[in-house]
Amino acid sequence: MRIPLSWLREYTQLPADASAEDLMADLVKVGLEEEDVHRPSDELSGPIVVGQVLSLVKEEASNGKTINWCQVRVVPEGAEQTLTGKGIDPTGVQGIVCGAHNFVEGDKVVVTLPGAVLPGDFKISPRKTYGHTSAGMIASSRELGIGDDHDGIIVLSRLGLDPELGTDVFELFGLDDQAAEINVTPDRGYCFSIRGVAREYGLATGTDYTDPASKVQVTDAAEAGHPVVLDDQAPIYGVAGCTRFVTREVAGIDPTRPTPRWMASRLQLAGMRSISLPVDISNYVMLELGAPLHFYDADKLTGAITVRRAAAGEKLTTLDEKDRELSPEDLLITDESGAIGIAGVMGGASTEVSDATSRVLIEAAHFDAVSIARSRRRHKLPSEASKRFERGVDPRIMQIAAQRAVDLLVELAGGTETAKVTDAGAVPEAAQILLPAGFASALIGVDYSDAQIISALEGIGAQVSQDAAGFTVTAPSWRPDLAIKEDLVEEVARVIGYDQIPATLPVAPPGRGLSRSQSQRRRVLQGLADVGMTEVLSYPFVSQAQNNTFGAAQAGTPVKAITLANPISKEFRFLRTSLLPGLLDTARRNHGRGFRDLALYEGGLVFLPGEQLGSSVLPPLGAKPSDEVLAELFAGVPNQPWQIAGVFTGHEAPAAAGFAPRAWDWADALDAARTVADLLGTQLEIAQGSHQAFHPGRAAALKLDGQIVGYAGELHPALLKDADLPARTVAFELNAAAVMDAAPAVVVAGHLSTQPLATQDVALVVDREVVAGDVLAALREGAGELLEDVALFDVYEGKGIEDGKKSLAFGLRFRATDRTLTADEASEARAAAVAVAAAKFGAVQR
Amino acid sequence: MSDQTTPTAPDAEPNIPHPTDEAAISQAVEAALAAIEAAGDLNELKEARLAHTGEKSPLSLANRQIGKLDKSEKAVAGKLVGGARGRVNKALAARTVVLEEAEAARILVEETVDVTAAPRRRRAGARHPLSVLQDRVSDIFVGMGWEIAEGPEVESEWFNFDALNFKPDHPAREMQDTFFIEPADAHLVLRTHTSPVQVRSMLEREVPVYVLCPGRTFRTDELDATHTPVFHQFEGLAVDKGLTMADLRGTLEHFARQMFGAEAQIRLRPAYFPFTEPSAELDIWHPGAKGGPRWIEWGGCGMINPNVLRAAGIDPEEYSGFAFGMGIERTLMFRNDVPDMHDMIEGDVRFSQHFGMEI
Repeated sequence: MRIPLSWLREYTQLPADASAEDLMADLVKVGLEEEDVHRPSDELSGPIVVGQVLSLVKEEASNGKTINWCQVRVVPEGAEQTLTGKGIDPTGVQGIVCGAHNFVEGDKVVVTLPGAVLPGDFKISPRKTYGHTSAGMIASSRELGIGDDHDGIIVLSRLGLDPELGTDVFELFGLDDQAAEINVTPDRGYCFSIRGVAREYGLATGTDYTDPASKVQVTDAAEAGHPVVLDDQAPIYGVAGCTRFVTREVAGIDPTRPTPRWMASRLQLAGMRSISLPVDISNYVMLELGAPLHFYDADKLTGAITVRRAAAGEKLTTLDEKDRELSPEDLLITDESGAIGIAGVMGGASTEVSDATSRVLIEAAHFDAVSIARSRRRHKLPSEASKRFERGVDPRIMQIAAQRAVDLLVELAGGTETAKVTDAGAVPEAAQILLPAGFASALIGVDYSDAQIISALEGIGAQVSQDAAGFTVTAPSWRPDLAIKEDLVEEVARVIGYDQIPATLPVAPPGRGLSRSQSQRRRVLQGLADVGMTEVLSYPFVSQAQNNTFGAAQAGTPVKAITLANPISKEFRFLRTSLLPGLLDTARRNHGRGFRDLALYEGGLVFLPGEQLGSSVLPPLGAKPSDEVLAELFAGVPNQPWQIAGVFTGHEAPAAAGFAPRAWDWADALDAARTVADLLGTQLEIAQGSHQAFHPGRAAALKLDGQIVGYAGELHPALLKDADLPARTVAFELNAAAVMDAAPAVVVAGHLSTQPLATQDVALVVDREVVAGDVLAALREGAGELLEDVALFDVYEGKGIEDGKKSLAFGLRFRATDRTLTADEASEARAAAVAVAAAKFGAVQR
Repeated sequence: MSDQTTPTAPDAEPNIPHPTDEAAISQAVEAALAAIEAAGDLNELKEARLAHTGEKSPLSLANRQIGKLDKSEKAVAGKLVGGARGRVNKALAARTVVLEEAEAARILVEETVDVTAAPRRRRAGARHPLSVLQDRVSDIFVGMGWEIAEGPEVESEWFNFDALNFKPDHPAREMQDTFFIEPADAHLVLRTHTSPVQVRSMLEREVPVYVLCPGRTFRTDELDATHTPVFHQFEGLAVDKGLTMADLRGTLEHFARQMFGAEAQIRLRPAYFPFTEPSAELDIWHPGAKGGPRWIEWGGCGMINPNVLRAAGIDPEEYSGFAFGMGIERTLMFRNDVPDMHDMIEGDVRFSQHFGMEI
């Protein structure tokens, strides 16, 4: 809401020299947040005065354009020019070239004299053009930044103005006014009006103010007005769409009269365009009193007005010339010809006020917020009116707002007030809220006196009575948001001031620290950073193709993913089933910025919809659902496990003076995955893997208890090419939640033997297809409990080894807990290990 | 040297000093000492040693002669030659030490490297500052005895809105710019705030409840310098008997001081949220703000709306509570002067790496 200061000043004690900033500083105390300042004079300066065109000579320019060479008097006849400066003629008559043609000799116009500056830092100075020296400009409203009129320059007589020559246009047009823009929260609809803000300003500053409504004298209804029937057969949530519908009638208006400058200026500062006098008047009343009005051309109405829901298939051409299909939920204003408006949202074209309108029917109605909100959404028609109805309009303002419009139509449009008044419907009885004694103090922690509470509540317009139990409060009609005692407490606290609330620190019960899974996640996230990786946080939005590639091991299985109904990008409307697409995008972005050696990781949720997606039940608010309903809600929330993934590209250590580079390779990806397991205190089993995103020969399946929990290795070369990433980029992804669950809750510390180590090496020849990990597992199995560790230290194929075979060299470490092992004992254990490898894989000792 | 006597060894060779010839022995010693002294390095010293103590050296040869002497001469000769050899060996040992030290020093000099040319090898990596900040905030509250609670990112609409007292057609519901999940009748959304975790926490726990809920949240904003559709929040919730708005302020003040130092100041402004009543915006005083010191909007807070307590089965007549929520991106932005949201979300490694421990 933008508040022109001159307007607010009419009803409050706002000091004459207060700026928009000063006003906002006061309003923020009562909860109206500062947004912006609108001050035309920030962009407009210098001499801008009223002038009169003395002569106008049309000249054909060489470019084919016709220009006007004008002599313009800018001081009264006989007076002297008191302004001085380059290009200001002491005679008081300026020679000006003007390209517009909507004026004639004798017209009074707005002259921006040399030295003036217009919006866009446009400096006016005498300049040579079309063979003349043009000393100033005859301005259009667009050039002054006060309108977007394309019809040429401002002719003051057409605005109903006849000021003296030389008059300062800043004052004339209200350009010295300014507006404060405040943010109005959804519960405070009444602050979308000067009326509401004036009250709040009074509360914020403790000064007197006048309710603009109190200045309007409502004429008694002497005659029956236009017949109106309220007939809502399908209320939403049982609330009638229209509870009150007031009409007034004004005859004989001249809708073509210009809007007075003060009104146009205020509307403009408030952010609305000046359109025509009747429209401007209706907007002016809405801004002042908060009640959206609608004007009908009374001569275009056919019979009685009925407010009802739309029938199926009903249509309406709205004011914006659009044909709209109506929904049976739309609340309509109709006459005997059919629909003439969507209530509170937009009127229809057939009964619109035009330049030919003489008799105006004013509608001031109260519509249900939900009904308006739905129609506005359905037809995508946000408007100043719907904004107010959705937040609640004062149901008691209808007669007053209509009267204010009548008065302005009489005063400004030359109309005649009629005594025809319709007042259909009724104002619902205001509910009473009990504010128990002591409750406000108990909830806020400030010891409020009864007098303070009463004064604050009366300040917001409530009626308060007090007894032993507390305060019985009738909320003001413009505050539909006040419904429960806590609402009243907020009013008391904010009017007295949030700055009065002290600080006390409550003591929580003794805590339990981080949960196990929280600690585990931290350990993993920190641990990967400690081994040199960099954490990134990528968006979870991916394409179907990305999910199909990374979300399933085997190609050709479409991956089921959660789909956004309203994505930022249509292509990336799916939620990730893998972290790798985001990581690869991030890697490519870094690569593109010249960072070629990368080790990136991310921990985050992936989204794996199961059989049940969501739930059709949506329990009401304000009550705990039954256990069954809660179970249904929980069951509908899809599985979202926490995963961890990493991508490596380039080098761990790039080439440096005197040092060979070391590139990241597939083993680093495996190592990182194993680091995750190490950090959690468990181990992964490694097996040859097969995943479409990975190189078919360089992928590991990562397992826990035989179940695959992730993959690691080199990404598929074709995928890397498509993704525009370097060859040999490697990656891993791990269902970290599963690894965390598998980690031991308590680690039992074993005895650390200090007996000497006995080492034995063995080289085994096996078929080339046999993988080292399997042989190693066999050795481990066969070696018995003396084996402390076994590691592969060489793989050899070639001379001395039969074709199709390879030699694997292992180092075995033996240690007993209670004695020094003899060479025989170690050899025996080694032989037992080899025996199992021989039995399982035909391994032959070299 | 004393009297000059001619040696009388039977098989005397001309360059072999007679073992009793004091002058000759002495001359041999002098020659040896001179050679040892002249040795410039261990190789030269080795040559000097071979020449003067080796088998063919005069003193060794003289020593070998002693056995052939008369018994009366043996003792004299033994003493003379033994003493001479002792002197030479001592000199050798001393020179060896000197030269070994010199050699060691030379090697150290030769091994000098240009330390300024050292490569970086395994660098320490980095956590993302948003993730570190989230941990830091959590730690502050854990230190106060609070628990950390989490919830799903794809959330039931009921938890995200209805349970938090967002009426179905209320404008506040639209202000959240929600990502909806297909199909619409599944009533699932990407959570627009971490507040649904409040309700889950209250359902899961027994009162009193003191929890902090950090996490990822989503709104349909396009990415620009100050907005991102995916961001992080932390939200605090306390439900207990007799909690007041003063307790809320005290908690926020304590937290602000942990985050921004003992001088930190906060301000509460009236505001509106469906899930709190009374509600407030929380501002923090930013003395170092660009364009001069000013209040910066940090988050929202208030006393939990009784409807929210009811949704979790807690009797609002018996318990009260407060809640607050802040954006982690926003906190990082003004705390660490991050100029552009893009830097936080694009994953540029430079952004994470320059923070180190300073969060």
